[in-house]
Amino acid sequence: MLTLTPNLPDPDGFYEELIRAHEGLSKEQSDAFNARLILTLCNHIGERAVLSAALEAAK
Amino acid sequence: MVAARYKTAFQLYPYAKVTAQSAAPVRHPVVIVGGGPVGLALALDLGSKGTPALVLDDHDGAGLGSKAICFAKRTLDIAHRLGAGQAMVDKGVVWNVGKVFHADQKLFDFNLQPEPGHRNPAFINLQQPYFEKYLVDGITRAQARGAPIEVRGRNYVTAIARHDTHTTLSVNTPDGPYQIEAEYLIACDGARSTLRDMMGLSFDGRVFEDNFLIADVKMKADFPTERWFWFEPPFENSGQSALLHKQPDDIWRIDFQLGWDIDRARELDPARIRARVDAMLSSQAGHVPEYELEWTSIYTFQCRRMQKFRHGNVIFAGDSAHQVSPFGARGANSGVQDAENLAWKLDLVLKGMADQSLLDTYAVEREHAADENILNSSRATDFMTPKTDISKIFRNAVLELANTHAFARPLVNSGRLSVPCNYAGFALFGDDALNGPGDTCPGMTCPDAPVGDGFLLDLLGGTFSVLALGCEAEDVQAHGLTAKAVRIDAIGDALGARYLGDAAQAVYLIRPDQHIVARWPAFDASAVARALQTAIGKA
Repeated sequence: MLTLTPNLPDPDGFYEELIRAHEGLSKEQSDAFNARLILTLCNHIGERAVLSAALEAAK
Repeated sequence: MVAARYKTAFQLYPYAKVTAQSAAPVRHPVVIVGGGPVGLALALDLGSKGTPALVLDDHDGAGLGSKAICFAKRTLDIAHRLGAGQAMVDKGVVWNVGKVFHADQKLFDFNLQPEPGHRNPAFINLQQPYFEKYLVDGITRAQARGAPIEVRGRNYVTAIARHDTHTTLSVNTPDGPYQIEAEYLIACDGARSTLRDMMGLSFDGRVFEDNFLIADVKMKADFPTERWFWFEPPFENSGQSALLHKQPDDIWRIDFQLGWDIDRARELDPARIRARVDAMLSSQAGHVPEYELEWTSIYTFQCRRMQKFRHGNVIFAGDSAHQVSPFGARGANSGVQDAENLAWKLDLVLKGMADQSLLDTYAVEREHAADENILNSSRATDFMTPKTDISKIFRNAVLELANTHAFARPLVNSGRLSVPCNYAGFALFGDDALNGPGDTCPGMTCPDAPVGDGFLLDLLGGTFSVLALGCEAEDVQAHGLTAKAVRIDAIGDALGARYLGDAAQAVYLIRPDQHIVARWPAFDASAVARALQTAIGKA
């Protein structure tokens, strides 16, 4: 089951860290960083059905 | 003469010549420079404790215009303790509900006070001049009871000379200059503090590259009493975000975020402002209601603070010490908490019950609070005004997801509203020997709760208290200081939930600023006495 209810402790702190990770990157570098980040998180999730549901939710 | 730097909304402390102006300099224990919310609250608190406080202000009343409008529950609790809170709540516009929109979609709404059992609401909107007036009214009542408070209007500090034991102030008045000596000089003179400049102290931080147009509009409108905030508003030429919020006297606060590269003079043209306001109001009301522009201004926001709030016998409080962007209402609210933190410490030091080093804990605790406020305010401002393409992409992704999915809503940040700071882990705090609720751990402020026909915070007042819930306790003394026992046996649901949790009984030691020092499952006089010593820096 894909979690679509709030599940993130310290949302403001996380958001700041996420934006900061992109600081100083070009558009291309940011896109590539995002792709690596998505793939890393997908591996962590590791459940095919959940990933399919997430792909749907993000549309 | 004393030149006016701004217009006043109304006169509160007219200039009157005092004999000290034609005599040798008089030494005062505490001189407060600046009669705004912070200076007035500090004077009222000190005077109510019997410590003389002299306030000098270079004007004779509350500054006109749009300043603080949003006063938080903790501020109202403090004002209530000082005898000025009821008038604020009576005049203010009480609100609990906020709505957040993205273009013409409502993303979600929030209720700031979901649980009952508090005397004061989560927030009121009240124009700052009224807030100042009610504090001055409180001072007048306290003076009638003999509180040693004096406010001198149109007394402008032109120079200071610092000595080991005091500071000499040169003061200009409509009748010419005179001098005053201050054992402690408290700078409550705002973000452009002249005392800070006279001492050559820096005030560093971050400027946000954005301009906000503030329009206070007078109109009869039946919009609900809620805070409405738009990201990418759907109405014409409204900038990147907009806010609509009600104040007393049929005044509505409207903000538009205009961006960085603007022509200020052009944007302040009343016709242009009216076009913006017309578009916003007609999109909500279906037509343009009749209204007047009461006040308009363009602001750029900064987040910064002094490195140290205490410089020997000169202490900084409020905007002179720290400045935040307004998202979250963390300016005036945190300043009033500065005043409360400083008042009891200064009082004990001047009465010889605590060492001067207690004043360093004011600086440490309130510097921490300022950092917390700056962090929250910076994050909100960054979310509202994305600085790079990628941050805007993420910001808009959050807004789009929040429309459909609950998980993204906590990431939407249009300001995290002011809550009191938690001092957990600082030197003046003691044991948490009770397996109790998380909201009443040592370091936190006391949440209110109904007790009998009244409220808990009224029973605590502004002294050290030993709060005993469902068990015995006695007054506890240390270094000539008494913590008075407050025993409550009829424990209602809210009080029990907030202070006992699963425990059958509990004992709390509470500071004069109603922060919790320590808590235990039963009364132990020596443990409480040790915590009391810790709380005044004598452990």
